[in-house]
Amino acid sequence: MPLFILQRILSTLPVMGFVALIVFLLLRISGDPAAILAGDTASLEQVEKVRQSLGLDRPVAVQFFEWFGRLLRGDLGTSLFTGLPVATLIGQRLEPTMFLATTTILFSITVAVPLGVLAAWKAGTWVDRLVMLLAVVGFSVPVFVMGYFLIFGLAISMRWFPVQGYVSPFVDFSRFVNTITLPTLTLSCIYVALIARITRASVLEVLNEDYIRTARAKGQIEKKVLFKHALKNAAVPIVTVIGLGVALLIGGVVVTESVFNIPGLGRLVVDAITRRDYPIIQGLILFFAFVYIMLNLLIDIAYTLVDPRIRY
Amino acid sequence: MEMNRRDLMAGAAAAAAAATLPGAASAQAKGILKVIPHASLTTLDPVATTGYIVRNHGYMIWDTLFAMNDKLEVQPQMASGVEISPDKLTYRITLRDNLNWHDDTAVTAEDCASSLIRWGKVDGMGIRLFNYVDSVTADGAKTIVIKMKKPYGLVLESIGKLSTNVPFMMPKRLADKPPTDRLTANDMIGSGPFRWVAGEYKPGARTVYVRNPKYVPRTEAASNASGGKNVFVEGVEWINFPDPTTALNALMSGEVDYYEQVPADLMPVVARAPGVKLGNFNPLGNVGMGRFNHLVGPTNNPGVRRAIAMAINQADVLKAAIGAPDYMRTCHSIVPCGTTFESKVAIEDIGKGNLEAARKLLRESGYNGEKIVLLATTDIPVQTAMATVVADTLKRLGMNVEAQAMDWATVLQRRTSRNPVDQGGWNMFFTWWEGADVLDPVVQFAMSGAGDRAWVGWANDPETEALRTQFAESASIDEKKKLMDAIQKRQFETGNFQAWLGQFFMATGYRDNVSGILNAPPFFWNIRKA
Amino acid sequence: MSAAITSPFQEFRRTAVARYPLAALGAVLLIAIVMAALLAPFMGTIDPTALNPSNRLKPPTAQNWLGTDQFGRDVWSRLVYGARVSLIVGSLVALFSIGLGLIIGMVAGYIRWLDAIVMRMMDGLMAIPGILLAIAMVSLSGASITTVIIAITIPEIPRVVRLVRAVVLSVREEPYVESAISIGTPLPKILFRHVLPNCIPPLIVQATYICASAMLTEAILSFLGAGTPPIIPSWGNMIAEGRIFFQIAPWNILWPGIGLSLTILAVNVLGDGLRDRLDPKIAKRM
Repeated sequence: MPLFILQRILSTLPVMGFVALIVFLLLRISGDPAAILAGDTASLEQVEKVRQSLGLDRPVAVQFFEWFGRLLRGDLGTSLFTGLPVATLIGQRLEPTMFLATTTILFSITVAVPLGVLAAWKAGTWVDRLVMLLAVVGFSVPVFVMGYFLIFGLAISMRWFPVQGYVSPFVDFSRFVNTITLPTLTLSCIYVALIARITRASVLEVLNEDYIRTARAKGQIEKKVLFKHALKNAAVPIVTVIGLGVALLIGGVVVTESVFNIPGLGRLVVDAITRRDYPIIQGLILFFAFVYIMLNLLIDIAYTLVDPRIRY
Repeated sequence: MEMNRRDLMAGAAAAAAAATLPGAASAQAKGILKVIPHASLTTLDPVATTGYIVRNHGYMIWDTLFAMNDKLEVQPQMASGVEISPDKLTYRITLRDNLNWHDDTAVTAEDCASSLIRWGKVDGMGIRLFNYVDSVTADGAKTIVIKMKKPYGLVLESIGKLSTNVPFMMPKRLADKPPTDRLTANDMIGSGPFRWVAGEYKPGARTVYVRNPKYVPRTEAASNASGGKNVFVEGVEWINFPDPTTALNALMSGEVDYYEQVPADLMPVVARAPGVKLGNFNPLGNVGMGRFNHLVGPTNNPGVRRAIAMAINQADVLKAAIGAPDYMRTCHSIVPCGTTFESKVAIEDIGKGNLEAARKLLRESGYNGEKIVLLATTDIPVQTAMATVVADTLKRLGMNVEAQAMDWATVLQRRTSRNPVDQGGWNMFFTWWEGADVLDPVVQFAMSGAGDRAWVGWANDPETEALRTQFAESASIDEKKKLMDAIQKRQFETGNFQAWLGQFFMATGYRDNVSGILNAPPFFWNIRKA
Repeated sequence: MSAAITSPFQEFRRTAVARYPLAALGAVLLIAIVMAALLAPFMGTIDPTALNPSNRLKPPTAQNWLGTDQFGRDVWSRLVYGARVSLIVGSLVALFSIGLGLIIGMVAGYIRWLDAIVMRMMDGLMAIPGILLAIAMVSLSGASITTVIIAITIPEIPRVVRLVRAVVLSVREEPYVESAISIGTPLPKILFRHVLPNCIPPLIVQATYICASAMLTEAILSFLGAGTPPIIPSWGNMIAEGRIFFQIAPWNILWPGIGLSLTILAVNVLGDGLRDRLDPKIAKRM
């Protein structure tokens, strides 16, 4: 393996360490879950007993190193409330989120890249303006407003899709498609807007390059110029944006899962935050950060393999 | 056995009439009942932790020695009967036949004795009972013997308690755990009418129970928590919905069968929807309260507390929090209106929005513009409404109000602070209790005046405590009613542990093919899905 | 066909010019919204927090132009006052994240040994989904406008830092900067005189995008119950509270939804226009 790839991989370690530190400190800003666990009718004495039984009465530094030590051994800890291992909980909820993210990315690319190319090709015309206007609108309408709009229109009025829920594709594929469609459409808005804009800009830039002009001057067919030369060279920024957009996607997943009642990771983390179930919050934010870092690492490495001029 | 609570609940008897033929169950169980519960189930130990959702979960898996019927009379459930010695110092409770744990071992008196002892360390009413208890032991496999130090008026009422924390009977190995060592997903072994499906439990998303085919129900008709627990469905699935609009849509489209608590404002939508019915299965309702902190100013001043209780208009709070006229009523008694101990003493000035009188009282109390801090919940709409309306009332009363917004989890932490308000302390927070939890001044933890050992807010009033003890020891219902009047008078004239915000009811929405729903807390036996 | 696009560069210029009308429209819209927010008391409003529980969830009338919410508060007044929250959150988050990002980015770009550490920290911050970070911060430290602003600002900083650092790195190689260094000009002066002016155009563009995304995030936080305190009228809160009633009182969610979307749209469109005008280099990339 080339040295720079190894370096690139090693450089993710301090980043992960920093994420772990932020996450831990953030959660210790205020209070603890003992009072919630003890319940509304608990007396102070009961709350204190719960706190001791959770080990939350010990110094923060001790708790951090204990947690970090376990983390290094690959142990994310157990939920303070249910007593189930965090890894198990993530495992239970991973599938819906993974499928939702995947369908969203696939759908977005399928729709947005042709739109962006079209806008670049027709730059300055009403087609371009329409596409760009739609892209700005997609950027500006809050995810949940879009979600309710779609539920109201396509699920309640037209009855084309179920209102809520998630069915695993391994259980019933057609019902999976049925339930995942509206959430995918909802979540795709921002992503389509993002990718369409970057595609248009990148293709437009490439269209200015000499070799494209040459190709055009040589009378090559427009479509071929666009899709073979322009798009190929515009691929790098597009793929980069897809990688960076994953952070945005995870944010959107939290809201979308709540609107469509999908039992995924987004809801798991929001529920855990409202209950202060620290091990789950810590584990999940770390998990999301890990996915983000790994995905972008893979994209970077892929570039260097495809195009040896690129170095990080 | 003495029955104290006869003829309490007007109209409750009608529901009992709907009860089904016992014993005819097992062959015809069909369908999975899909339920939207009011909260997600995240802790699993109904004895060591409080919370209505974990209580409801408890009733699925575990059974109780005694249970209350619709008239709130204590009935034998796992017990076949009880012998009480003439001096009221010995209770011999006999178990009925064919009681088995879900792991197919027999239920023994020893299991039950341990279960009672564990509960007695945690529950407010249990702790009070165990102050009088000398010992709880097993005599053979089937008889539990409770020996008292001195007679106590609420022995069976405590053991047959309807609401949190319910004394559920568990196998000894679970019951011997200290209460701080909570039961986990692997410990869900009871003798109740449903069994836990461990593999399907996804905390925050889904909980699944299946019918316990070996459960032997009592032969009496089901009535509230008592009587025959016949299960007519193959299983019950609790599905959590974070968003009420989505939940409602799922009910209307038939994707779920039962929506435990339909927000009041959505009731008109449900009422219009075909195939959906609305019902109120908890005639006791809920009682809202704004709890005062008695340790820090300005609410350590009884005059200020009384002025606030006077200034608040229950009708306004209810309109904002609930809205649907059929599901709310003002109630100025310290126990739910319509129950045995409802008292009409000293209620003239309280909770009716009498701002003029309240302002006068506030001036006389010596209030001098000190800041009053309200902990305003942001994530539970009913509580948000309570805080919003009370903050507005106190502003108009002429107080220097600071409503601090925070989620419920933060409220639960903040309210444990005993510091003055400028050091993270508080003066008032808002919550509600189910009627069953406030039925009388003893079961009502918020009525404790035991200072440090009282509920957060730390009301300290030895006279109230003395009256409560008399109430608990009294065996006569008339005497209890008199004591209740005395407690309420004390409460409204000098105590004001909390400001009462009125009584309200939760509507349950269900598909029209669902029948046989019993009165609350939601029970899932006796329900049929056609 | 191909004659129409013989010079894509000219095409591009034409596009940029052609887009100005839209940007102008965005600017006008934004100014109108800002004016409405500033002049809220004179816009036919009443106290947006005044309760009237007997008059709840009423459809539009002569007194309540847009109806009332579940506490009987006037939706029109809340809508107008709510604009203030969105605009304050949007502009302050933009201001703070640009300010902090500028400082961190210039320092990182210029002091080499710090660069690696700072950039790893920024990478770490970027890897945490911003919304989750914000929800956690608001829930854990109590809801207030200040916490919301801080919670939204922090995840926005890394992007600004990266942008500034990139500008610093490229400017540092310029001959006039090298000569300034060689004659011993103090570092702060170099940063202030040479580097800062180069950062400003892309940062103004970036600021508009941050402003738009902050307004969106504020709404999402309120939607999830971890945002602006419910006592303060904000569009996010109005939508969050109104969504329960959206089948019986749709105006509760319709107007703030439109207000929010239009404001964000106006800011975004304005940002696109500014980008084309101020920073053609970025315009080509984005």
